[in-house]
Amino acid sequence: MRNVWVVATNTFREAVRDRVLYNLVFFALLMMGAAVLVGQISIGIEESVIVSLGLTAISVIGIFIAVFIGVGLVSKEMDKRTLYALLAKPVERWQFLLGKYGGLVMTLAVNTGAMAVGLYVVLWSVKHPLERSDWYVLMAVYLILLKLGLVVALAMLFSCFTTPFLAILFTVGIYIAGVFAEDLRTMQAMDITPATMKLLRGISYVLPNFENFNVMGAVSHARGVPASLVWHDTAYTIVYAGIVLIGAAMVFSRRNLK
Amino acid sequence: MKSGKITAWLLGAVILVGFAGVWRLQRNIDHVKSSIDVEQDQLAFRSGNLVKKLSLEYAPLMAAIYWTRVVQYFGEKHRLHQTNLDLLWSLLDITTTLDPHLMPAYRFGSVFLSDSPPRGAGRPDLAVELLERGIKENPDQWRLYQDLGNVYYFDAKDYPKASAAFAEGSKNPNAMIWMKVMAAKIAAEGESPETSYFLWLQVYQTTTDPMVKENAELHLKLMKVELDLKEIDRLANKYEKQNGHRATQIGELVQAGLLKELPSDPEGYPYVLGEGGKAELNLDSPMLEKQLLEKNR
Amino acid sequence: MFLWALLLANSGAGSALTGRYGFSKNRNMLNPAIEIENLSKEYPFGFLHLKKKRSLESLNMEVQQGEVFGFLGPNGAGKSTTIKLLMRLIFPTSGTARILGKSIEDVSMHQQIGYLPEQPYFYDYLTAAELLDYFARIHGLKAGDRRERVERMLKKVGLETAKKLQLRKYSKGMLQRAGLAQAILHDPEVVVLDEPMSGLDPLGRREVRDIILELKKEGRTVLFSTHILSDAEMLCDRVGVIVGGKLRGVGTPREIVGIQAQGMEILFELPGPAGEKKLALLERATKTGERYRVQLPEAELYGDLDELKAAGARILSVAQLKPTLEEFFMNLVEADRAQANAVEVSSQ
Repeated sequence: MRNVWVVATNTFREAVRDRVLYNLVFFALLMMGAAVLVGQISIGIEESVIVSLGLTAISVIGIFIAVFIGVGLVSKEMDKRTLYALLAKPVERWQFLLGKYGGLVMTLAVNTGAMAVGLYVVLWSVKHPLERSDWYVLMAVYLILLKLGLVVALAMLFSCFTTPFLAILFTVGIYIAGVFAEDLRTMQAMDITPATMKLLRGISYVLPNFENFNVMGAVSHARGVPASLVWHDTAYTIVYAGIVLIGAAMVFSRRNLK
Repeated sequence: MKSGKITAWLLGAVILVGFAGVWRLQRNIDHVKSSIDVEQDQLAFRSGNLVKKLSLEYAPLMAAIYWTRVVQYFGEKHRLHQTNLDLLWSLLDITTTLDPHLMPAYRFGSVFLSDSPPRGAGRPDLAVELLERGIKENPDQWRLYQDLGNVYYFDAKDYPKASAAFAEGSKNPNAMIWMKVMAAKIAAEGESPETSYFLWLQVYQTTTDPMVKENAELHLKLMKVELDLKEIDRLANKYEKQNGHRATQIGELVQAGLLKELPSDPEGYPYVLGEGGKAELNLDSPMLEKQLLEKNR
Repeated sequence: MFLWALLLANSGAGSALTGRYGFSKNRNMLNPAIEIENLSKEYPFGFLHLKKKRSLESLNMEVQQGEVFGFLGPNGAGKSTTIKLLMRLIFPTSGTARILGKSIEDVSMHQQIGYLPEQPYFYDYLTAAELLDYFARIHGLKAGDRRERVERMLKKVGLETAKKLQLRKYSKGMLQRAGLAQAILHDPEVVVLDEPMSGLDPLGRREVRDIILELKKEGRTVLFSTHILSDAEMLCDRVGVIVGGKLRGVGTPREIVGIQAQGMEILFELPGPAGEKKLALLERATKTGERYRVQLPEAELYGDLDELKAAGARILSVAQLKPTLEEFFMNLVEADRAQANAVEVSSQ
């Protein structure tokens, strides 16, 4: 387990020095700056727009980072063979995977945190004393982080057995599917047989449901998020990401490196 | 390698258990979310033009997606028996801005925007706006004139405009003859049960949208009830004239030979004579509820 | 008494220099360092993965403790495949292998092994010092020990000045050296190097050679693969030749070649026209510029040298004439190709 921590910290160090990350975060902050402008135009819903746009920026940029760096974590290492020297050391492959995952989650946490700070700065500049209800934004950001944790696990899974390009494609695909997973369950389309309905329902549970983490509507209108949702979502991510990582470890353990 | 195989099976089992956990958690989350979801009706962008710009070249695809959302939205509201359809107009507005030729959107929208609650949004004005856009973009679609006529006739109760709509639509060489007939009839008489029944029948017979069909069927049934009750009342009056006192049960009308058999409403429940010998729906009939809603418009 | 002191000094000095623990206990003079039994590797390829490509066929090989073993073969012969199988980067289709008596499936055994991959590439944004520190931590070395070792390794491979530079700025040679450093950082008993000389300039190659010799002096086992024959001849105690996925021969470079030196060759210069007349040798010599080259049987060497000495010739070099591994190699490859063609022809 110590090895996992070592790999994690190294991954974090490597990721944090990658300039791409800074560009992305900068872009997110830019978006938030733009939110202020948009807020100026729409009277009376300034804060709502800022929060909505800000959370959207954090989510979108976060997904970008999660997918591209998540895929890169394993794929790039295999491609460029940085992996070879490491795996010849007394470290198990699953430790490597878990460490990578941990490192990236740490990176994401830092980035998301930075963007959240940016969002609060913008919010504060518009509305000087921050009220209690503004802390709900933090909860929304936390939920986004949970979502990213899940996406990263999926990205790693796919990068364990396909090329980087396909892995990105699959991850994005699953993400989109996951966003609509909930709709699948309450499908109100015309000629669906009960059997098909059951099948769709089953699929909707198997797919990762990203709608769970979406509280933008409530938070942008300064309405609270129930604590039970936060606990449940945390548990959901842990369990689901756990499954995905186990799968990834199983695949990776048997993989012949080129 | 034996231990490897055992580990593999074990992990497989863990994964399965994990999915069971996921399922369980998801249900809990759904439960929590539904309690805060009441306020979750959200449309980030209400401007159709904005959405269109954001869609780049993919506007028709986005239109399809939004159209799906309309159906989902409406279906969900229907399922939960919720009656506020605030977002319906915005969704339809965006959908038809993204793809002005998406006929189902216009036809569906016109019905459920104008129909009164709980079936629709109760906004015939918005329905007219939607249809007029549709007509402008699709001038050869005479059915839109039919829908426009229906909106004016049934919900806006503006008979001159209704007649004008039917007349305009009838000019299309593909239009059915009855459009012309209806135009004249409405111009002359305004509202009449035969006209109403006929128009709804047209919708019922020609629509491919199941929800529209269901709605039309409901209206037809209500109309039938109204007509039936009128007829029974007429016969009851005749009975009174013949026998000097009012019948208290339908059966007496049958005995008197005025009715061949016990008449039933479209749901199969026999009509009854209520207070003062007036024809009424059977207390057990589901039509009663619908009729009450209709009366409370 | 003297012996006892010597023993103490030996083991004491040994651990101070190399920090080995339990090394002497594990060392069983009889066990080979690396044992490979019937190792095979097949790759499926082609449409629907129906065809199979045999990149390694039933390899049986042993590397003894303390020896430098050269793994020779042309590109694609299976050298890298074998090494990757040993390192558990790929999995065998059949067969087993053991390193220091433990199965290759035992990951903890990697603590005793150092590995330098072919064309190494490391994390762009780390410095060499950070990279080595990272690997040292994986090996479980404590902080103080780590620092000291990393310093020592960097010095050993000559990267001391570049240690604060990010690895993406390193030249190929520098990367190779960093790779070497991480391979021996943790004091492994067995060092496995995959094409350690590739891409290096002569100076770099010399440095690597020196390091390998040093490793040998420290008593470690070194297995390295190369297709550069002169390196193998110079460094290896024994050599294994692999062509087309099959082992063609194992033995000392001399055994492989199979014949003794055929003769000698002398390179010399003559001081002036005066000496030219006297030498009978000159008839057999070839002249290039000012230099003469003459080949003669070994038995005649000292006689001829005396002759040249008397003539006042300046001896530039005296070398053995022998068919090299190169020729042995070429013959094998040719034979292989001929066989492959024959098979192709017969199957048509």
